[in-house]
Amino acid sequence: MDFSGLINDFGPLTVTGLAQGAIIALFALGYTLVYGVLRLINFAHSEVFLLGTYACLFVWGLFGLDQNSATPSVGPMLFYMVIGLVAAIVVSGATALTVEFVAYRPLRRRNAPPLAFLITAIGASLFISEVVGVTTHRNQTGVPPIIQARPLFTIGDTTVTNLQVLIILLALVMMFALDRFINGSRLGRGVRAVAQNPDSAALMGVNKSRVIALVFLLGGLMAGIAAVMYDLKIGVTRYDAGFLLGIDAFTAAVLGGIGNLRGALLGGLLLGVLQNYAAGLFGSQWLHAASFVLLVVILLFRPTGLLGESLGRSRA
Amino acid sequence: MSEKASFRTSGGVRGWFGRQPWYVRAVLILFFTVLAYLLPYAGDVPLLGPQIITEGIDWPSALFNMSYYVLLALGLNVVVGYAGLLDLGYVGFFAVGAYGTALLTSPDSVIYADTGWKWLMAVPAALVLTMLAGVILGWPTLRLRGDYLAIVTLGFAEIIRIVATSTTTLRGDRGFASIPHPPGSWNGEPIFGVTDAIPYFWLGLTVIILVILGVRNLDRSRVGRSWLAIREDEEAAEVMGVRTFKYKLWAFAIGAFIGGLGGVLFAGEQSFINSQTFVLQFSILVLAGVVMGGSGNMAGAILGGVLISYIPDRLRGLSFGDTDLYEYRFAIFGAAIILIMVLRPQGLIPSRRRAMELKDREKEVAPL
Amino acid sequence: MRQVLARAIGGVAIIGLIAGAAACNSGSSSDDTASEGNCGYKLAFFGALTGSAANLGVNIEQGFELAIDQYNKAKGSTCIEVAKFDSQGEASVAPGVARSLVADKKILGIVGPPFSGESEAADPIFESAGIPTISPSATRVSLSSKGWKVFHRAVANDDAQGPAAAAYIKDNLKATKVFVADDQSAYGAGLAEVVKTKLGALVVATDKTEGDGKQADFSALVQKVQSSGATALFYGGYYTNAGIIRKQLTAAGWKGTLLGGDGMKDPGLSKASGVQAAVGTVVTCPCSPPEAAGGTFVNDYKAKWNQDAGTYSDVAFDAANIFLQGIDAGNNTTTKLNDYLKTVNYKGIANTYKFTETGELDPNFIKVWAFKFDSSGDAKADVEIKTS
Repeated sequence: MDFSGLINDFGPLTVTGLAQGAIIALFALGYTLVYGVLRLINFAHSEVFLLGTYACLFVWGLFGLDQNSATPSVGPMLFYMVIGLVAAIVVSGATALTVEFVAYRPLRRRNAPPLAFLITAIGASLFISEVVGVTTHRNQTGVPPIIQARPLFTIGDTTVTNLQVLIILLALVMMFALDRFINGSRLGRGVRAVAQNPDSAALMGVNKSRVIALVFLLGGLMAGIAAVMYDLKIGVTRYDAGFLLGIDAFTAAVLGGIGNLRGALLGGLLLGVLQNYAAGLFGSQWLHAASFVLLVVILLFRPTGLLGESLGRSRA
Repeated sequence: MSEKASFRTSGGVRGWFGRQPWYVRAVLILFFTVLAYLLPYAGDVPLLGPQIITEGIDWPSALFNMSYYVLLALGLNVVVGYAGLLDLGYVGFFAVGAYGTALLTSPDSVIYADTGWKWLMAVPAALVLTMLAGVILGWPTLRLRGDYLAIVTLGFAEIIRIVATSTTTLRGDRGFASIPHPPGSWNGEPIFGVTDAIPYFWLGLTVIILVILGVRNLDRSRVGRSWLAIREDEEAAEVMGVRTFKYKLWAFAIGAFIGGLGGVLFAGEQSFINSQTFVLQFSILVLAGVVMGGSGNMAGAILGGVLISYIPDRLRGLSFGDTDLYEYRFAIFGAAIILIMVLRPQGLIPSRRRAMELKDREKEVAPL
Repeated sequence: MRQVLARAIGGVAIIGLIAGAAACNSGSSSDDTASEGNCGYKLAFFGALTGSAANLGVNIEQGFELAIDQYNKAKGSTCIEVAKFDSQGEASVAPGVARSLVADKKILGIVGPPFSGESEAADPIFESAGIPTISPSATRVSLSSKGWKVFHRAVANDDAQGPAAAAYIKDNLKATKVFVADDQSAYGAGLAEVVKTKLGALVVATDKTEGDGKQADFSALVQKVQSSGATALFYGGYYTNAGIIRKQLTAAGWKGTLLGGDGMKDPGLSKASGVQAAVGTVVTCPCSPPEAAGGTFVNDYKAKWNQDAGTYSDVAFDAANIFLQGIDAGNNTTTKLNDYLKTVNYKGIANTYKFTETGELDPNFIKVWAFKFDSSGDAKADVEIKTS
């Protein structure tokens, strides 16, 4: 155990952890939203994310950008960011909706048991990631350096880069916006109603299928943003990128309280930071073990996660 | 309605079978069992044989793969199908069985100097270890609700994999080599050699039959009924006096035992294990197999286990145009899973209870 | 009632007869043994043709196939056939595929397995069947101490590559602070361990990562490297992880040199990290530069496969030719061919080959080169590291 390492690097590890955690949080928001409304562990969400990472790469590729390009100046950079985000969001949202229509809706029509949904989700996830894998020959694809990470400011002896600030801010803003939407808007009320009790909500005049489609779309939106941030931060993407991050995100969602939006943010950030501390203390190979041990410990003391489940319980 | 009675009244093959007198059933079962033992020679059946056997991989080896997949499916079926506990990390028990065997028997192991056992001697010890692992996993976590249990079991399997990869005692990727094979010799040659996988398949098949008999008896006993009650409505079961925690723990321990059996056989056949084998995708695959085949009944679990092992192996070496179909195996699987689940959510061979359940559920579909 | 029973027993009997006949049939002699002369046999490639480190396997397979093609052309017929077996580089898949290989009695020799992990799993099967193997790239030291008579290695093992890498860091790079990391694979951890021992006090910190495909975010490692003040990072691992690590290091502003072993010697590294970031990365390899290969190999390879020869393609070419020469000299059984390897002294295009008793390459012929990635995205020869 390398205590001195942890103490020396405490600041930098915290910041890196927050940035990593922010991406996990964005990803987890999608999981938690779908679970809160449908009680479904949406395994296919990792592939929704995956296709988002490839979508922005594709669009950037259309403009001749690849891993060997130089970093563009501010103007073009903003342009590329916008179109990258749009592409990722559109593709992710579309994927989420497709999975819903092809895989989940038929099952819901037959009122299938929950396990059937889970397995179908697994099937969808497998199918999409494998098709991507075969198409890319399981090679990884490098990401053009749209944003060059540059130190923005320093706290003590910790430098914080512009990319890290962007990622963390985005996660906070998106969670806030989603939270406002769910709790403040009419559609959001519909979402909460369906989360609480789908049949009563239908009886009260809420269009259940439309609400469900909306939920998947929102999840896809979050995943798309996470995808672009992931591409910029990690620098490569692979056919199994969704799977890897998905496990972390699912853990984070449960950690914070599955179904709870703020829980997803908290869980994500906490997971990112603690993973990095564990890496500093024990070595990078124990990153993931730390997150699972953390999960078990927290669930032992708070069986419904840190902030509890709450999508169904309205706070308005 | 007792199980035997419901057997007789259900439709289709199962019903026909249930209506035969006991001696007919015995003959048929014996017949199919003998046929199963003759599977390694399936390649010689005219016309059909060469279509069935695998090309890119030795057919007896593929059969052996099927046998340990079926074992795993049977074990997971006990946990998920009978007791209704969603376990996403079943490969963990498989790993404990294999590693237990390796630690006790491989010359690479740190405790080899003290043990240096033969395979057969290590089997009970490894199985006890696996059951213990099942209890250790279950004790703190079985109080959690379904989906939370899922992620915790997933985490458990991942922790086992990471510990296996990163600790020196478990030797990570370097693994344990020279794990001894099962004992026995015939005409001076060892039965369980290196180049012929047929004896291993027969051993696996025998173990499967024993497991089927054991689980069937459990299912028909008080334990099985308790599992049924827990699966249907845990709170109601608790209220009616079923000690849910105890029976859930039993399910975990038995599931772990069967998984450990698979691990022990695997280690004895491969003679080499390392941490790369026990990945999460493996657990997920077995779960998909069990549910696709039909969870809650052994025939379904066996079918599921056979499918998830046979299809990828069969695709090995086959080409379509210019690409090796083997590359597409999981894509094909994924599509197959979606198709089967959408068209037949109760699984290919549904348990009668499941099928009845589904009929009821369909009647109460709320307006979309 | 009785009718049903009769039908059941009758059905059983008939099908039982068929199955029994089939079982009896399988006992009869299998494949026709090869034709007379020295033709009609097969040489096999066993290794990763798909999977995350597939490039390395494919390079070797292509060199192997080129040699056999040229041999067949010179003979004017398909004298020796190519048999390919894809183990995906995984130790759990290897035994089943290995058994398929040994079931084919026409196979006289195997070039492969290229990876150390699958060698551990598959070589016992080849040993039991007596088929000679020459691995062009499995560098794990322990492979030659298992007592396998069929095992031969056409390159130096990690006991040579490790010290060479350390020597390069000390003498050429003249680094004073080195960070050593690995991916916990049998190959990577072994290599990093040797380098760490040889560098001694120059190592300021160490870390481990997960293997290829199991980790994408290396920010913790990057952070540690930066705060350690190291100017050189030695990573024991393959090109997939190394590319990502190099990219993330550059993004974090680290200006030091990344070094590694032959597992990182592939353009896949610069494809992931971007060519600019990869410039200056040094990889060692117990192989000579493919461009320096003798004869027309470089052009022939390019002509046949439409790509440049990769790492170990030339060694695989030589390995195949060693077998071909042996078969040509009349060693047309596995036992004879294996015995032939005991005394072979073959001058190939990449090296001269002589095997020791345990199957290692004769120490006189061991050479380790350092390669540097340049702006073409490929690792080009830098210097030969003298291993004393």
